[in-house]
Amino acid sequence: MSEEQAYFCYGDTTPVRDEVIQAMIPYLKSKFGLASSDYGHSFGVKAAEALNDARETIAKAVGASPEEIIFTSGGTEANNLALKGIAYNARMRNKGKHIVTSSIEQSSVRDTCNALEKEGFEITYLKVDAVGRVDPKDIADAIHTDTILVTIQHGNGEIGVIQDIKAIGEICREHKVLFHTDAVQSFCKIPINVEEMKLDLMTVSAHLIYGPKGIGALYVRKGIRLAKQIHGGFYERNLRGGTENIPAIVGFSKAVELFDWSDVEFFAEVRGYLIEKLINSISDVQVTGPLDNRLPHVASFVINYVEGESLLLHLDMHGFSIATGSACSTKRLQASHVLTAIGIPQEISHGSIRMTLGLGNTREQVDRLIETLSEVVNRLREISPMSPELMRKWQETGNI
Amino acid sequence: MYSKTLMEHFTNPKNVGEIPNADAIGKVGNPTCGDVMWIYLKIEKDGDDKDYIADIKVKTFGCAAAIATSSMIIELARGKTLDEAIGLTRDDVATALDGLPPIKVHCSNLAAEALHDAINNYQQGIKPEETTARDEDNEH
Repeated sequence: MSEEQAYFCYGDTTPVRDEVIQAMIPYLKSKFGLASSDYGHSFGVKAAEALNDARETIAKAVGASPEEIIFTSGGTEANNLALKGIAYNARMRNKGKHIVTSSIEQSSVRDTCNALEKEGFEITYLKVDAVGRVDPKDIADAIHTDTILVTIQHGNGEIGVIQDIKAIGEICREHKVLFHTDAVQSFCKIPINVEEMKLDLMTVSAHLIYGPKGIGALYVRKGIRLAKQIHGGFYERNLRGGTENIPAIVGFSKAVELFDWSDVEFFAEVRGYLIEKLINSISDVQVTGPLDNRLPHVASFVINYVEGESLLLHLDMHGFSIATGSACSTKRLQASHVLTAIGIPQEISHGSIRMTLGLGNTREQVDRLIETLSEVVNRLREISPMSPELMRKWQETGNI
Repeated sequence: MYSKTLMEHFTNPKNVGEIPNADAIGKVGNPTCGDVMWIYLKIEKDGDDKDYIADIKVKTFGCAAAIATSSMIIELARGKTLDEAIGLTRDDVATALDGLPPIKVHCSNLAAEALHDAINNYQQGIKPEETTARDEDNEH
């Protein structure tokens, strides 16, 4: 990136660290053999060693045993494997067809639940409060004899809310229901331990922690059976077929190895600075999600009387990459379901913007971003007929 | 996704503002939809004693396509007689912008409707202060 450019979308994807790239290269060039080669020739042995080491590293990072880590092509596949794996297995054994989830899950959980619903599974989408929290009591109330799985996202990348996974885990144990969490946004951002959290399944991914795209993992507690989704060989504890992507697995592992909590301290500080500066520089703006107990990289807002795609494009032209949850910025012209779930009306969610911070961000970049953002917001408000009075009139009478 | 021409109209919308003592206003869209366009008209008689658009401005709340299409329709309509202007369509706007992505075509529709609404309001004698936004079947 050039000096003028500044990237504020680390929650969408991250650049791969140099050391990660260096770690991967041998497995692309010289140590390129198949890890699971049955005859143990040396090319394969090197790859198998790397695979084992990677499995150990990632298991250690989450408090699991190595054989409980199943490598997948990313977070999406891991979520699909968890949900469909449990659902189809339960159906085969006539064990029930009810799944409990939240209304703010990421699309790979949400869309998979929608698909399972069409196939006859019963899904409860729990409501959240005004900052996105699921009440663990609602989970206890929702569980009944037909329930086979609870899946609740650990941390939300759009509004930063963190769920009380420990409390939910206890409830699930009590009711003897399996518990999965999508930890893609929370992994290497806040502490995770599958034992303390009483998790049975968990999804993690590499490309939000300076690792390569196309690789993730599903933690599957020993003894849990899943209906295999990708057939083709007895890889990954016979839960996921296909030749292992050793270079990517090595990259994933290296990214986890390089992680340090000081990284989080670093960008959390810049994030705090950004939030304070933004709300003090721009009028009629609201932070979305909780003000405390928030994922350390997420800074999300709604700015009144302007529209998100316009903001994004203007900022992009000035070299700043940000994200928006506005309907007009999507392929289906639908407002972010997360903002809708926390009660933000559509006329306000149009002005949604989100910055997710990472290792490349500085206070100086934030200063430039906020300066430009203020100018852009003022300009867009100048050309807009919207005003507080008009918004009030619309919300009260339905006329403008 | 957007053409160069559209981005130019979005970055520097040409004809933004209000006309004090406008002869008519056309209003379409609403904040829930995410597109609001208000078009202001100043009408005078030309040499043939026909009503023509002497001045026209727009205020827009919406995405890049909304801002660009509303800016463009003002350019197309300025100086035209009312008969000519009412014949402007969303296709004219889209063509002038060198095309629109399919999901944004509705913005050009809104721009054309805002103009037609303003002209209709003028012809029916509906004053600016009496004007509310058209309640149209929107495609949002």
